Amino acid sequence: MATPLNLKELSKQEIRFTAGHRLCAGCAAPTVVKMILLAACDYPVVAASSTGCLEVSSCISTYTAWKIPWIHNAFENAAATLSGVETMYRALKKQGKIDRDIKFIAICGDGGTYDIGFQSLSGAMERGHDMLYVCYDNGAYMNTGIQRSGATPTFADTTTCPAGAVIPGKPQQRKDLTRIMAAHGIPYVAQASPSHWPDLMKKVRKAIETPGAKFINIFTPCNRGWRSRTDDAILLSRLAVETCFWPLYEVENGVTRVTVKPKEKKPIVEFLKAQGRFKHIFEPGREQMIEAIQQAIDKNWERLLKEEEISASGEKAE
Amino acid sequence: MTKVVAVTGNEAVANAFRQIEPDVCAAYPITPQTELMQRFASFVSNGQVKTELILVESEHSALSACVGAAAAGGRVATATSSQGLALMWEILFIAAGFRLPIVMPVVNRALSAPINIHCDHSDAMGARDSGWIQLWSENAQEAYDNTIQAFRIAEDMDIRLPVMVCYDGFIISHSIERIEYLDDETVKSFVGDYKPLFPLLDVDNPKSFGPLILTDLYHEVRKAHSETYKKVPQVVLRVAEEFEKISGRKYGFFEAYRLEDAEIGIVILNSAAGTTKDVIDEYRQRGVKVGLLKPRLFRPFPYEEIGNALKHLKALCVLDRADAFGGSYGPLYLDIAASLCNYSQKPLLINRIYGLGGRDYMPEQAAKVIEELMEIAKTGKVGSLKEYIGVRE
Repeated sequence: MATPLNLKELSKQEIRFTAGHRLCAGCAAPTVVKMILLAACDYPVVAASSTGCLEVSSCISTYTAWKIPWIHNAFENAAATLSGVETMYRALKKQGKIDRDIKFIAICGDGGTYDIGFQSLSGAMERGHDMLYVCYDNGAYMNTGIQRSGATPTFADTTTCPAGAVIPGKPQQRKDLTRIMAAHGIPYVAQASPSHWPDLMKKVRKAIETPGAKFINIFTPCNRGWRSRTDDAILLSRLAVETCFWPLYEVENGVTRVTVKPKEKKPIVEFLKAQGRFKHIFEPGREQMIEAIQQAIDKNWERLLKEEEISASGEKAE
Repeated sequence: MTKVVAVTGNEAVANAFRQIEPDVCAAYPITPQTELMQRFASFVSNGQVKTELILVESEHSALSACVGAAAAGGRVATATSSQGLALMWEILFIAAGFRLPIVMPVVNRALSAPINIHCDHSDAMGARDSGWIQLWSENAQEAYDNTIQAFRIAEDMDIRLPVMVCYDGFIISHSIERIEYLDDETVKSFVGDYKPLFPLLDVDNPKSFGPLILTDLYHEVRKAHSETYKKVPQVVLRVAEEFEKISGRKYGFFEAYRLEDAEIGIVILNSAAGTTKDVIDEYRQRGVKVGLLKPRLFRPFPYEEIGNALKHLKALCVLDRADAFGGSYGPLYLDIAASLCNYSQKPLLINRIYGLGGRDYMPEQAAKVIEELMEIAKTGKVGSLKEYIGVRE
């Protein structure tokens, strides 16, 4: 029987990502990794990571924080690499050389997912490998020192689009990768946040129990890159959900469902003001920038609710 | 029992793959390799092999998936050419650094720009220092034989390294030749069962692949890696000896053709060696003491053995089907020169670049080189060290 996803039962499970890793104090990535592996606690897991914070901090010289088999190949190819591992598993299972039920999970940053690893991810998902790809999205190339990525939010200050007198941080909107992955028509796509851990773990559980290619995008605050307080990772994750900056939803077999709806949608200012990377947009005369961010969020949120409604009515019609 | 057939080089290698049945193969189309994996895909579709194919979206992913599959713990192969190999470049070093026994036929083709689909060796030469063993093949028979031996070499427990099997695009890949197939059972028992080493799929004994190693140990890890290659030549010879027993065909580090008593010589790789040997025969009939050396094991390069085989010559031309831009010499030339540099008595050397982008290598070109070498041997004078030959005027 599957282990219930409650604190009492989960506290009895082994943590398969050990203490002693070298991620920064206050980084949300190890929290996210532990949640993923706990949600998958009923199975042996083989994991892969792209080059990035998690990779360089979890396996150094003769030390590893991974109590499960784990592979890091390069920056842009975690999905292709894991698709190879999964294919070998199917090959050997078919030949009767393996009888275990093993799950395959890639855990990669947004640079390795939205940008340089996008082709590899798209290919692996299109081929339908039985694997879960998780992006821990901290919204920039944090490992190399906070350079903008396709996941960086509009107007955020990064080291390659620094807030200057002429250019006020990142001029472009962020890539909506979760929707792009849903457009691949794979059986399960979701967005999650460590602030809402039961929701996150339920999604991981559902994903690994679903055959085929799955994708989950997990909001992962980075205090170094966001210029936020070291102990604010979970608070910021919650604010991202409550302001609808990071809606929690899933697309299961094409049906969109918003899994957590904030009782009261908070203004985006609350999320922005807790982060130094948005400090410059609070300067006098830049009010329209905050307004523009708010409008973009409102528009996306309404579209998501509409999608959910259309999905639901489509389901009833069937 | 052997079977004599008339097939293309690609078909021969696809058939070697069918006989070996790797557990996983990744495939991505690129001319002139395409036909190889296409033929193999039909063996998969028809259930003639147990192989699982991964039809990836690029060569970068092809090799990345092979790295994952090999690390998972099974027999793995892919194939490529030209731009595909160039795109794999980053992962070539990782496959070798992880000591994964992946086998990859490289159907040699020119590199862009300008884009060109025909044969030269600039693709594989660009990958020569990536840590892959390279076996080069004159014809379809050698491509087939080298492919079978490549799995044994790659998977040898003393080395565990990836192997490229190089053969000429179109000239060999698409030309029909007479070759001898070994029977399926002979090939299967020669290659044997795959022995996994630290497989990722052994979930009860978890291993981490791909650590970060900085200034404390990187230097030592790379030295240890470098030492591994010293064991390769013996493995290559051991496998060749066993292969001779099942096939009657002899392989070594290189083929020496009428070289022992020669005064002048030519070093050349792959299909052009055949043409050269014919021209050498003609000159031998006229009393000219000319011979040829055709490297087979190009990486690791058997410097000592090749130097020994060539040092007695008076004049030697290294023919390169790849240039090294930036004012350097052809890659084969540089290695031949290095293999001779410490001998007090050694031939005068010249380097000629031929056949780029599929330009035909004609007997007249070989004859011209031989005439030039005769002159150098006679006068002791080298005119121009590096020249292109076969250039349209």
